[in-house]
Amino acid sequence: MGFFLYSKNGQLILAILAFAAVMAVLLLVARLADRAKGRRTVGVMVAVFAGPALLLLVLGQIYPAVRTLWMSVMDKRSEAFVGLDNYAYLWENPAGIIAIRNTLLWVVLVPLLSTAIGLVYAVLVDKSRLEKVAKSLLFLPMAISFVGAGIIWKFVYEYRGAAQDQIGLLNALITWLGFEPVRFLQDAPMNTVFLILVLVWIEAGFAMVVLSAAIKAVPNDIIEAARLDGVSGWQMFWRITVPSIRPSLVVVLTTISIATLKIFDITRTMTGAEFNTQVLANEMYEWSFTFGDNGIGSAMAVVIFLLVIPLVAYNVRQMTKNKAVRG
Amino acid sequence: MISSTMRRASAAAAGGAALALALTACAGDDLGGGGDGGGGGEADADCAAFEQYGTFDGETVSISSTISDQEADQLEESWADFIACTGITIEHNGTNEFESQIFVQVEGGNAPDLAIFPQPGLIQRMVEGDHLVPAGDAAMEQAGANYTEDWLTYGNIDGEQYGIPIMGSVKSFVWYSPSTFEENGYEVPETWDDMMALTDTIVADHGSDSVKPWCFGIESGGATGWPATDFLEDSVLREAGPDVYDQWVDHEIPFDDPQILASLQRVGDILQNPDYVNGGIGDPRSIAATAWADAGLQVLEDNCFMFRAASFFEAQMPEGTDVGPDGDIFAFYLPADSADEQPLLVAGDNVAAFNDNEATQAVAAYLASAEWANSRVSIGGVVSPNQGVDPANASSDVLRLTLELMQDDSAVVRFDGSDLMPSSVGAGTFWSEMTKWIDGQVDAEQALTAIEDSWPQG
Repeated sequence: MGFFLYSKNGQLILAILAFAAVMAVLLLVARLADRAKGRRTVGVMVAVFAGPALLLLVLGQIYPAVRTLWMSVMDKRSEAFVGLDNYAYLWENPAGIIAIRNTLLWVVLVPLLSTAIGLVYAVLVDKSRLEKVAKSLLFLPMAISFVGAGIIWKFVYEYRGAAQDQIGLLNALITWLGFEPVRFLQDAPMNTVFLILVLVWIEAGFAMVVLSAAIKAVPNDIIEAARLDGVSGWQMFWRITVPSIRPSLVVVLTTISIATLKIFDITRTMTGAEFNTQVLANEMYEWSFTFGDNGIGSAMAVVIFLLVIPLVAYNVRQMTKNKAVRG
Repeated sequence: MISSTMRRASAAAAGGAALALALTACAGDDLGGGGDGGGGGEADADCAAFEQYGTFDGETVSISSTISDQEADQLEESWADFIACTGITIEHNGTNEFESQIFVQVEGGNAPDLAIFPQPGLIQRMVEGDHLVPAGDAAMEQAGANYTEDWLTYGNIDGEQYGIPIMGSVKSFVWYSPSTFEENGYEVPETWDDMMALTDTIVADHGSDSVKPWCFGIESGGATGWPATDFLEDSVLREAGPDVYDQWVDHEIPFDDPQILASLQRVGDILQNPDYVNGGIGDPRSIAATAWADAGLQVLEDNCFMFRAASFFEAQMPEGTDVGPDGDIFAFYLPADSADEQPLLVAGDNVAAFNDNEATQAVAAYLASAEWANSRVSIGGVVSPNQGVDPANASSDVLRLTLELMQDDSAVVRFDGSDLMPSSVGAGTFWSEMTKWIDGQVDAEQALTAIEDSWPQG
């Protein structure tokens, strides 16, 4: 086993073998399930196809969630019960309050801005000649990791003193126009907004793609009827397009909110969470893994979890509604 | 290009010769990592040096560390003849995520045999979790013979020796351009006062909005702030002395003790003076947002004259930089108040064992030996605090200087304090408060008080 565990090629071969084995078992079970006849078929099918997923869900999501909840009321080595002390830290510590404040700012601004930009863009390029190219352009940042995006934008925001040559794109423009260079990443609270713009840059493409599809699904007869009634472009947008794609809008907004609550890579690469840019997820990571305090780290994870739940619930409800509309 | 070729050449000359001898003499058929030495005779005189570790039949020892890429290859090369002669296979696994990964591994019951810890604080946490075993007799014998008391302290937890320092760096360096110094007739300062006088001279000679005597940067992603903690530690070691330094690190005196405050203000005299910093980049606040190595590279542009950074700054140089006492860039010892004392701030890697298997202990003992240290140092890029290392083996002038300082008997040596403090301070508030202080959000006293308040209770 030594060879498999320690060498990279060995691990690769092992991974491929494991994958093949799992697939073989699944196919075999599926074939056996095929043989089940009559009423039992549905039950067997559910067990075969949903069973592994359920099992993984319990192992990978539910068990860790329960354990995190448990660890959040224990001390840092998860040995003694400390009650709600870990949660109290969040409220009593100035850094914790800044993290909560910033996280709220992220969760409000990112979904609104990226959805708004994505929507307007989708409407503007809809049925235009260069639609495909234009959409690809906005969608491209989706392909970049958050860390990569953070590094790219760090160069864009780079600051040098007024007497120096500017090496950051934005400050080069600003000084060229005759203004003083701006410390984009250093001056709170605007620095958080500049970090937020990076995620907007990434997520706007996602919003645009989903909303564009929704816009195309708006029935033509409604649009034609509106045209016959002589609506302006503005009215068409607000009275026809937006109400027709409302369920998709909600899904996009909530999906981006959920992604935003987890954001920590951008903060970490661009400011290291300094200059009052701390966010909950980054603080959770630091407490759990850098400082080795399972208690406070878990408490933060639980807070993020609680914040996500209503969003997920709403999101799921809208998705089922969407399905109901489409039949 | 010049320096890297030279480095490779000298490494090949020093290390290669020994390696070639060992390989042709005693390489078995495929004992893993032995390379293409081939040839192969029976056990030979060249393996004699390894006899004391015993011979093993196909045993494997796994080592986890932070060492990756080229450095990992060099590490594996350094023990090639050991594995060829003893029959132990060493599986080295280096990852950039070592600090968090090692806990996942250990608590998942999947601990490696040995780990190379960059921070003594991690060893402490491992010992608290009952995961490590104390260094064995053979390793202790080597450690006692090859390391000074000061160096062994860091791996010593509650009177028991767990970690043995095997590689190290010196942090008390100021990088400068020898050629620029010579053109201007500047001398390398020998005391702190000399250094400040030189600073003023540079301001008078060259001071402008873009050229300043000093440059500095503390931005380092999630670790932003650490270079400032090093500067403060160096200052405490010089101004308050090693005893106060120890008390401060162990929290026997409060973090915001007046002596520490005085040392921080001394650092502030340089870092917060707009006439002194930040060469080539901007005002003092720009230090907080500038990557530490980027700031240092301003020395090469003659935008600044001095840059305080550890010996490992050498690895950040662009290719083709001439590093040496007559070259583009070199380092001098960060002076103390008098030229007679040379307190040294260091950092380093400690090896510690998770079990007392014979093979594991043999590898640990070998890593603690002068043979291994010389083998590793000759390959290049690092130095070892092992007193048995011949400075002539160092692969560059800076590393040779580092080794000489490390082996100076009179030097007072102290380990990087932030690595010894509880990690919520050493990798948490100490970093973030230093950043706030440089950014001008808080003054020196407020920064130190905030760190003191964050020190974990009990």
